[in-house]
Amino acid sequence: MIQISHISKVYKIGTVETIALSDITFKVEKGEFLAIMGPSGSGKSTLMHILGALDTPTSGKYILDGEEVSKLSDDELADIRNRKIGFIFQAYNLLPRTSSLKNVMLPMRYAGIPFEEREKKAKKYLEMVGLKDRMNYTSNQLSGGQQQRVAIARGLAMNPSILLADEPTGNIASVQAEEIMAIFQDANEEGHTIIMITHEADIAAHAKRIITIKDGKINSDEKNRSQKRTKKEIRSKHGL
Amino acid sequence: MDFETLSESFSTLFLNKLRTGLAMLGIVIGIGSVIALISLGQATQQQVQSQIQSLGANLLTVAPGSSNAGGIRGAEGGGTTLTLTDAQAISSDPSITTISNVSPEASSRTQVSTGRNNSNVQIIGATSVYSTVHKINIAQGSFITQRDVDAISKVAVLGPTVVTNLFGEGTDPIGQTVRVAGQSLNIIGVTASKGGTGFLNQDNLIYVPLSTAQKQLFGLTHLTSIALEAKSPDVMTDAQNQVGYLLLSRHKLSDPTQADFSIFSQQDILNAAASTTGTFTTLLSGIAAISLLVGGIGTMNIMLVTVTERTREIGLRKALGAKKKTIISQFLTEAVILTSVGGIFGMIFGILVSFIISSFAKFPFAIAPSSILLAIGVSAGIGILFGWYPAQRAANLQPIEALRYE
Repeated sequence: MIQISHISKVYKIGTVETIALSDITFKVEKGEFLAIMGPSGSGKSTLMHILGALDTPTSGKYILDGEEVSKLSDDELADIRNRKIGFIFQAYNLLPRTSSLKNVMLPMRYAGIPFEEREKKAKKYLEMVGLKDRMNYTSNQLSGGQQQRVAIARGLAMNPSILLADEPTGNIASVQAEEIMAIFQDANEEGHTIIMITHEADIAAHAKRIITIKDGKINSDEKNRSQKRTKKEIRSKHGL
Repeated sequence: MDFETLSESFSTLFLNKLRTGLAMLGIVIGIGSVIALISLGQATQQQVQSQIQSLGANLLTVAPGSSNAGGIRGAEGGGTTLTLTDAQAISSDPSITTISNVSPEASSRTQVSTGRNNSNVQIIGATSVYSTVHKINIAQGSFITQRDVDAISKVAVLGPTVVTNLFGEGTDPIGQTVRVAGQSLNIIGVTASKGGTGFLNQDNLIYVPLSTAQKQLFGLTHLTSIALEAKSPDVMTDAQNQVGYLLLSRHKLSDPTQADFSIFSQQDILNAAASTTGTFTTLLSGIAAISLLVGGIGTMNIMLVTVTERTREIGLRKALGAKKKTIISQFLTEAVILTSVGGIFGMIFGILVSFIISSFAKFPFAIAPSSILLAIGVSAGIGILFGWYPAQRAANLQPIEALRYE
């Protein structure tokens, strides 16, 4: 469970202050599928960095599973990112020249999980995202959509409290984007909490709840009553 | 550092062959030159020492002082103050307890000839003791005997260089004659080669009986030097003092600064040569140290470039939960592998280079274990030192900034 209360983030460059976020408050319950929308420069990336424990807020509280993240040291933040947050980036960010399997195993290695268990779990998640036959392919041998699916498998591997996706379909063709959304909806149905940042309304429509941000403030926070379901044939194609 | 970090570092280094090779090159050259230069320096030192040792380690030489006639001071060693009775006194006086052998010598340089060839050679008038004191071995025939000296025999023992110069390579000169200062001398022996060049050349000499040299060849009454063999290398200083006081009293001199002779030991020459070659080795080590430092900085450069190049990767690893020490150990492991493998290659390279040079220059081939230890220590040190800074920089990168890095 995520609780964000009165979060502000101010960047100081010389004497100029830029307010990226001001007084943001919201809660995310376990099992939600939340999309955060907003135009570029609205502060949604800053919010994503704070949610992902990559950055700390200037003021306000961020409580993740009862733990106050805003007060932690660098190494403690690394630990939080490792155990509680699964990242999915717009640019996939897989290790180059490294197999899919090794990529998915990486966060589990930082958690100190023994090799055999890591390998078993990584195989399971790669199978789940439909890449059973691509496990030993290196990232440059995979298409954009496939790379993003490896990244999702990596994000899910530690069974985190939140799966945090930053423009996950930004670099991907729309057919493959649909596949990514299918995986997200599936993971969500299995109980994973998903927070997805996007500027595309079409993608956000797949979520159950949509928050829009403008000029560092929450503009709207609504349940998505007409959640767009991915087509059955796309889901069955990947054996989901 | 666990096995996985190690194998991952190896594969990272292996995947970037050019970068790895360049980083390693500095270390290879640095370590290689340290080993090669130190070993060459030591080989030269050994070479010079063994040549000097071959002249006799317990050797003391008494040389006459300069002549001082009519207020004109002549060349050092050119005096006529040493006589055969001085030599006899040294061997028989009860105050001398540290000398085992006394070899009176009268030498001069002159032209020698056979029927066809001639050569300019140092002629040494010697007694039978000479070969013991100067460690002369005979290759053919025999050395001068006491009977030759007593009978003023017209005989000569030749050094191998003289034989080659006068008779050509590989001929047997025994029984033939050589003309020295108008006298025909019968060749009775050839000495074994001792090697050496310049003032150390022991092969371009002719030995004749002392009495023959003094009376028949040069018309001398004095000696040009007296070689003394001390009983052991430990009593050299005592021997020098005993002989000095005896000669002072015999020459009726009370002030040692007025001495008309000088005594020096082989050790004095050895020390001078050792300090020269020591300086040489130090100089070489200095050059090697500089190349090692440059190599180390080269490695650090490449490591820093690597960190910059892999900023996004570091950001990603931190985002996925890598702690500072994980990143540091990853980069440090790479640096240590790089420098230790480089160190091993450098060692092989250095040993090879010094082996090739010493076989060309006919030096003794010597690898000092200390230089290998030094090289290993230094390359490990460079790995940690020059790997630490880039690793530290990598670990301190902020994950968001690193992820955004283009």
